[in-house]
Amino acid sequence: MSRSSATDPAGAPYDVAVVGAGLVGAAIARALAGAHLRVALVEGRADVGDGTSKANTAILHTGFDAKPGTLESRLVARGYTLLSQYARDTGIPVEPTGATLVAWTDEELATLPSSADKASRNGYDACELVDAEEVYRTMPALGPGALGGLTVPGESITCTWTTNLALATDAVRRGADLLRRHEVTGVRPGLDGTTTLDTTAGEVRARWVVNAAGLGADVLDRRFGHDRFRVVPRRGELLVYDKLARPLAPRIVLPVPSKVGKGVLVSPTIYGNVMLGPTAQDLDDRTATGTSEDGFAFLLEKGARIMPALLDEEVTASYAGLRAAVHVDGALFEDYLVDVDAAQRYVLVGGIRSTGLTACLALAEHVTGLLAAAGPGSTGLDLAPRPDLPAAVAMPNLGEAFGRPFADVDAIDRDPEYGRVVCFCERVTAGEIRDALASTVPPADLDGLRRRTRAMNGRCQGFYCGAEVGARLEQGIVDRSGPA
Amino acid sequence: MTAPRHEHVAVAVVGGGPAGLAAAAALAPHVDGEVRVLDREAETGGIPRHSDHTGYGLRDLHRLLTGPAYARRLTDRALAAGAVLRTCATVTGWTPDGHLEVTAPAGRSTLAAGAVVLATGARERPRPARMITGDRPAGVLTTGQLQNLVHLHHRRDVGARAVVVGAELVSWSAVLTLREAGCRTALLVSAHAVPEAAAPVRLAARLGLRTPVATRTRLVAVEGRDRVEAVVLEHLGTGARRRVACDTVVLTGDWVPDHELARLGGLDLDPVSRGPVVDTALRTSRPGVFAVGNLLHPVDTADVAALDGRHVAAAVRRHLAAPVPAAAGVRLVPQAPLRWVAPQLLRAGDPAPPRGRLLLRCDETVTAPVVEVVQDGLVVARRRLPWAAAPGRVFRVPSALLSDVRRDGGDVTLRLAPR
Ligand SMILES: Cc1cc2nc3c(=O)[nH]c(=O)nc-3n(C[C@H](O)[C@H](O)[C@H](O)COP(=O)(O)OP(=O)(O)OC[C@H]3O[C@@H](n4cnc5c(N)ncnc54)[C@H](O)[C@@H]3O)c2cc1C
Ligand SMILES: Cc1cc2nc3c(=O)[nH]c(=O)nc-3n(C[C@H](O)[C@H](O)[C@H](O)COP(=O)(O)OP(=O)(O)OC[C@H]3O[C@@H](n4cnc5c(N)ncnc54)[C@H](O)[C@@H]3O)c2cc1C
Repeated sequence: MSRSSATDPAGAPYDVAVVGAGLVGAAIARALAGAHLRVALVEGRADVGDGTSKANTAILHTGFDAKPGTLESRLVARGYTLLSQYARDTGIPVEPTGATLVAWTDEELATLPSSADKASRNGYDACELVDAEEVYRTMPALGPGALGGLTVPGESITCTWTTNLALATDAVRRGADLLRRHEVTGVRPGLDGTTTLDTTAGEVRARWVVNAAGLGADVLDRRFGHDRFRVVPRRGELLVYDKLARPLAPRIVLPVPSKVGKGVLVSPTIYGNVMLGPTAQDLDDRTATGTSEDGFAFLLEKGARIMPALLDEEVTASYAGLRAAVHVDGALFEDYLVDVDAAQRYVLVGGIRSTGLTACLALAEHVTGLLAAAGPGSTGLDLAPRPDLPAAVAMPNLGEAFGRPFADVDAIDRDPEYGRVVCFCERVTAGEIRDALASTVPPADLDGLRRRTRAMNGRCQGFYCGAEVGARLEQGIVDRSGPA
Repeated sequence: MTAPRHEHVAVAVVGGGPAGLAAAAALAPHVDGEVRVLDREAETGGIPRHSDHTGYGLRDLHRLLTGPAYARRLTDRALAAGAVLRTCATVTGWTPDGHLEVTAPAGRSTLAAGAVVLATGARERPRPARMITGDRPAGVLTTGQLQNLVHLHHRRDVGARAVVVGAELVSWSAVLTLREAGCRTALLVSAHAVPEAAAPVRLAARLGLRTPVATRTRLVAVEGRDRVEAVVLEHLGTGARRRVACDTVVLTGDWVPDHELARLGGLDLDPVSRGPVVDTALRTSRPGVFAVGNLLHPVDTADVAALDGRHVAAAVRRHLAAPVPAAAGVRLVPQAPLRWVAPQLLRAGDPAPPRGRLLLRCDETVTAPVVEVVQDGLVVARRRLPWAAAPGRVFRVPSALLSDVRRDGGDVTLRLAPR
């Protein structure tokens, strides 16, 4: 890691420092590194995508239910197109399962036409009203009492981990410096038009700073002298059921939206599981990523209604993610908060609470667009794309519906390590673990390896393979750091 | 994509633990063609490989061995009998033709077999399945993972102070392993009023393990972000909660069969034990597919699993000689507090179950239980057993109690007579 260039105040400053290597920051860093710019991607944690971006429902949203006319509505729709294309280019798995909003009460049934209408106002015209019979035909495992539905054929499932990693990897391959374990603790404006970021691992100096700090965005914003919003984390707890449950959920079951948010959904996951959640609970603690008894009880109650057969299956994972909702003047601000502060050469990208996976590439496009519109004369940034960009990274596939190494005759014949299954439940091979450890953005810990390979994410949670996976991880980290 | 290589054997045994190895050893000398054991681990032997204490082999080998010695002995016997053992070979599913899909470093293949014996064992439910709340710190593991770490990977950095959930045989085995790794067990936690395992407690006392057991208690939450700092316990009677500081939590027992292949193969499953439904010859609902070991009864001791393996050989050989459809059978239905029974089916002309025993689980401790067998409204047998039925271990009932059951009658209820 080029720590010296980052910390040496005498060295040349970066053109842009992007703070936060979640989906949003990684996408922005990748976009900026596509121009002739020196970019630093500054992340406080040991890995990219270790904040909210690792703990979502991983749905590629069409934006059918966004608030029409908002920046979010526009960027989700645009992001859907951009991420679908990027996924094809890099091998991020996407399954176009489609979704159905299911109405369980007359009241809900009555609101479906207005949801279809809202979708149209968001530029999405493929929704269709269906009767109860059709709802049960497409999802026989639904609990009794569904009265009708609205289909959203474009809603798809994807892998948030692979997406975040692909974006960060591309950023690095385009020349950005990824500075992990660099938590920004202070901001100092310099007289030479640069800003110095104090971090837990030294200083980082840059001419522009982009705040993509997610849950930490308001704290960082205040360090630039602003006082305009407050992050109010909204926790979402989720239960993930065994892959053997997957036939129960061929598509995404969405609740009819109500005033209290999106409600609980049942969705297949790209890894072949079924997910139940999320809850929605406003908290003060930005680190409260633990699950709760109330959360579980609520989810089980909802699940018993939506898909009772699901509850007979084994839960193989439970987790909670924190949506970075923002309050402005004490009230929930129902849009993204993107602002360019030209005087301080500082960009805020905040309030990306529940659609940031879908919108990340559109947000990056939007931010570069704003900077480009200001013109190099005022920003000092030349955003013209570089002609010599490396090809997009080819990501290992974690999608259950697509070929994985353990089932690939040719891959195993070429390299027997792809036939050596280490994690039995998820069928992760020694070859994949080795590749992850040797990749451009290697894992720093077990969770990082899990997100890159699925190792230990299965039903046994390490009963069989935990010791072996741990040993391979440690060996990989030793090999990388070389002899002491 | 290139098609996988295709191979053919007489018998494919999936799983090289005690049950699978014993089945292969019993079959190989008598079967015309290859008897092949596939195991996904680098060594055969199953769980005993990393269960490094004595207590293995009594009923099948008539001696007391440590787990690893037992695993080696069963492996040697299978090899000596002429079985072929393939390790690092994971069976991942079935082809539409009913062949096994196998991944190994040597390649991806499909395997056709005259008969398939499933011996895939059982595992402990891990944290998510137990719905334990809190963050996801390191330091929460199952006995399987713990013993893999300590006995196969020789790790000694497990932790300093553990809480062990469960108080059955395997829980005390975990305490021993923790001690070996220099980790003190502060407390065992049992949902039951009486610790599940009586004999192991005595053994533990002899070994100088004076670990207190919190009965009628459940683990609610884990505290800590990077590493476990404490657990929150709740008394099931009073609802009182307390916090116990620890850096390690071992989740023991609460077994679930590794039934993925059984389910993917469309076998009928027992809704409670979640193992495949079998008859007393250990046939599953799919002709030519048999099942043995802890896949059927999560969990009994290894020698019992191995004796399943020996027992199934006769039915497999009969099937290879002339596959005849199994006769209709009557279903055994346990009544609470009996939870499940294996085998579940009685058919005319079938042998008694392995060791002449039905294996059951019981949710309550009942000393000197009176077992009743009821068919079509009549109590056809009743017997007081000298051993107790208790949670956390298998309750064995002599199959002789079924001798008056009509094989063409209605379902048979197994129950404990009220006292
Ligand atoms: C339960 C749930 C379900 C969701 N479902 C979906 C969905 O289905 N589809 C969808 O499109 N979106 C979904 N989302 C939303 C999506 O996950 C988020 O919008 C997205 O992850 C936000 O990305 P981010 O980069 O802004 O934030 P984050 O991923 O939180 O990244 C911010 C990063 O900044 C770092 N950071 C913070 N402060 C500092 C500092 N001072 N110094 C250095 N680094 C710092 C953090 O460590 C973190 O890595 C969901 C969210 C939740 C919680
Ligand atoms: C901590 C602990 C202590 C114990 N102590 C004792 C004791 O003292 N005495 C005693 O008698 N018993 C003891 N037991 C119980 C004993 O270990 C089990 O009863 C015995 O291992 C069951 O044998 P099995 O063959 O049914 O399953 P297992 O031993 O679990 O073997 C199953 C095998 O199948 C393989 N397999 C599974 N799926 C596949 C697949 N898809 N492809 C290829 N291979 C596959 C696995 O790798 C494994 O090797 C203990 C158990 C534990 C966990």
